[in-house]
Amino acid sequence: MNALFGRLSWSELKLFETFTHGWSIDTLVAAGAAWAVVLGAVAVAGWLTWAGLWGRFWRDWLTSVDHKKIGIMYIVLGFVMMARGVAEGLVMRSHQATALGGGVLSEEHWAELFSTHGTIMIFFVAMPFITGFMNYLIPLQIGARDMAFPMLNQISLGLTATGAALTMISLVVGVFETGGWTAYPPFTGAAFDPGPGPDYWVWAIVLSGFGSMFSGINFAVTIYKMRAPGMTYMRMPVFTWTALCTSILLTFALPPLTVAGLMQALDRYLEFNFFTNDQGGNMMNYANLFWMFGHPEVYILVLPAYGIFSELTSTFAAKKLYGYESLVLATMSIAVISFAVWLHHFFTMGNSATVNVAFGIATMVIAVPTGVKVYVWMATLWGGRIRFTTPMYYMTGFFILFVVGGLSGIILANPAINWQVHNTQFIVAHFHNVLLPGLIFGIFAGIHIWFPKAFGFRLDERAGKITALLWIVGFCLTFLPLYVVGLMGYPRRSSAFDDPAFLPYMIVCLIGACMLAAAFTGLFVTLWISIRKRDELAVPMGDPWDGRTLEWATPAPPPHWNFAVIPHISERDAFAREKAEGRPYVLPERYVDIHLPPNTPAGMIVFVTTTAFGFAATWWIWWLAILAILVLVGWMIVHSFLDHPEVVIPAVEVRRATNVWIEAIELAGEGVTRDDEVSPKNRGYASTDMLVAS
Amino acid sequence: MSEQNVHPGMNLGYDGGEEEAEVKIFGFWAFVMSDLVTFGLVFAIFGTMAGSTAGGPGPEEVTDLTSVAIQTVLLLGSSFGFSWASLSMKYHPKSRWRTLGWLAVAATSALGFLVLEVVDFHHWTTIGAVPQRSGYLSALWALVGLHGLHVAGGLIWMAAMTGQILVFGLTDDIKSRVTRMGLYWHFLDVVWVGIFSMVFLAGVA
Repeated sequence: MNALFGRLSWSELKLFETFTHGWSIDTLVAAGAAWAVVLGAVAVAGWLTWAGLWGRFWRDWLTSVDHKKIGIMYIVLGFVMMARGVAEGLVMRSHQATALGGGVLSEEHWAELFSTHGTIMIFFVAMPFITGFMNYLIPLQIGARDMAFPMLNQISLGLTATGAALTMISLVVGVFETGGWTAYPPFTGAAFDPGPGPDYWVWAIVLSGFGSMFSGINFAVTIYKMRAPGMTYMRMPVFTWTALCTSILLTFALPPLTVAGLMQALDRYLEFNFFTNDQGGNMMNYANLFWMFGHPEVYILVLPAYGIFSELTSTFAAKKLYGYESLVLATMSIAVISFAVWLHHFFTMGNSATVNVAFGIATMVIAVPTGVKVYVWMATLWGGRIRFTTPMYYMTGFFILFVVGGLSGIILANPAINWQVHNTQFIVAHFHNVLLPGLIFGIFAGIHIWFPKAFGFRLDERAGKITALLWIVGFCLTFLPLYVVGLMGYPRRSSAFDDPAFLPYMIVCLIGACMLAAAFTGLFVTLWISIRKRDELAVPMGDPWDGRTLEWATPAPPPHWNFAVIPHISERDAFAREKAEGRPYVLPERYVDIHLPPNTPAGMIVFVTTTAFGFAATWWIWWLAILAILVLVGWMIVHSFLDHPEVVIPAVEVRRATNVWIEAIELAGEGVTRDDEVSPKNRGYASTDMLVAS
Repeated sequence: MSEQNVHPGMNLGYDGGEEEAEVKIFGFWAFVMSDLVTFGLVFAIFGTMAGSTAGGPGPEEVTDLTSVAIQTVLLLGSSFGFSWASLSMKYHPKSRWRTLGWLAVAATSALGFLVLEVVDFHHWTTIGAVPQRSGYLSALWALVGLHGLHVAGGLIWMAAMTGQILVFGLTDDIKSRVTRMGLYWHFLDVVWVGIFSMVFLAGVA
């Protein structure tokens, strides 16, 4: 311990682990990962410097409060973290393929890998993805110019980035925790793990958790208060409905995680006795708190994906959604019931049979509204004019695989069966089976749908379809065998096994994992090909898919102010109705100046100070922790005394931009039909197929 | 947004800008709800640990009802003072000193509450009722301390708002901020009533 660096020492630096700990595959993986982080960061910074882009990066992105840019930054963050998550998955599968009686990694390293993989995939991949989609789409779908609290929105992004940064730093300096993504004490308590692993985990989770809670409040208030005139609740697009339910869940389900994390911190730093083995501590409180967050979290993640699938089916079947009311009701039911099932995550941890049965039944009940949704999507596709584009590939994979995953969930809801398979690979198979096809396929389908909106050109269909197939087949090979080995009794999280019968399955899993890595690469290949062909794929008029909701009634990419005038809504799917009646894109009668919130460095200040705080608290560098808090609070007070004049976009400028767009549409003459949807003829002006929009 | 949609009871005589104030105050209500869930969970944890004294000091040893009663009066008095500040802001917007005066009453009273609370904390350490001693004491310190931290944070906020009123006067922005601070302040009172009855009164009943 010293005053300047706390408990940090040179030996914590992972870059030279191969020299300090001897050459082995294990140390090579650790050092290689550390170098990948450092070189990746240096490469990005170097490229920005070389291209002279720092100024633009700062002005147009880091300090922007535009919800569209913040949304895109969330998704980029998700992809950066997903690169690590996928790489970890590949390393873990390689280990398991050699794990008969050993394996190439050390036990500690293996434990660290499954802990970081889970933490990253949930908190820093899935969460940024769905938050990014909600950011981008909510204001556009409800006819607003921005979020209710644009600066808070940027601060949420800063806090999420803090959590991601801390997990990345843990790859270079010190170790992450080894108790799984749930980090159950007392295993992660000070007595068994003095750190720094669990400390990294606590601060990454608590700080990014605040960001998620603020996002939830922000989105909910935006949807409640900022809807365009005439957009009643039952006229909102389905994605907005799912986003509203997710926002409510974020507001109420994040506090248990924060409380659990901070109590764990009190136990670890100040020797409190919340979750310790003795002195009246009770770790069951942790399990309850964690899963009171953890189960709603599952629906926080999957509901927006359901929203994407709902928009997808009705758009690519050229039909209105079948059973809008049922879908809204089902979404709300899921949001409510999701708070009443948390105990099914620990049926085996000493509850009475009666309690287990109650939660088992609640768990089966929550499958009912989910089933309703699957039928809604099927009925929407039924008799529709389906186009088999890339999003439909993902939808097909989702349909079949998600139902399998859901059924395995019903099986697990039965406490008697749960006792048999708990803590086996069966569980690993189940949650990957719902999260990958359910959430991640939804996100990728959504990216194919809305990427043209955000960047003005479509993604290449052929590359997209190959990638989608790789994801689907790769998923099946990687995770379906785990159901079998789970039933055969292979415990999850074990670094080695001694039953040779597992080995063939593990080799299949490794092949699948390689396919998933290829699929992940395929996303970037798709992007690369699309960027090269961007002129051919351009859809500047903004409606490439014959969309139904308001975001398609803007150019691609939409202007900073979203809408020249705030639209008035008279029915559900208003844009579809306008197109069916042949009167879309009407020029506004008069233009007014538009006021927008100014840029602010708030998000970056929060990011830098909270990252410094998290790092300092992890390594006991107390002066830095105190300094970070003082700077943050001091800056907030100073900021509140300053005047922040809004940015005014003159009416003339709005009219000019709108006229350019409308003229392009008028010059285009005939819109593109669905037959030519994926041909270069598609410039984003749709000739609608929807004879009856309602 | 029509007049009747504007938040009931929040009509503080703005000269326009009601919609913006409405959104912000509604947003703050959402935050308070989320914070209430946080307190509710800490209450629940306290409930499960009420008996986990591990042979250490229990509720009888840590409860000094006289001190707690004075703290209650001070904190409720602070809330009362804040109500007068809100009313002054609404009916006497020309005179910032009246509002500031009542804010000073609210702040002084809350400061008194905090001092007595710290005295209690100190007393607990002298009798060995430190949070490291047992699960019960951990939960007690966390719950009472979380509330105390909220009050201390509120006092910093109040100091900043005092400065802003001095610099800007009672503008629409400031009125909206004071209204939100009022929500926070009364919310902390409600939480304290819970602590007073469920932790201290129930502890020695």
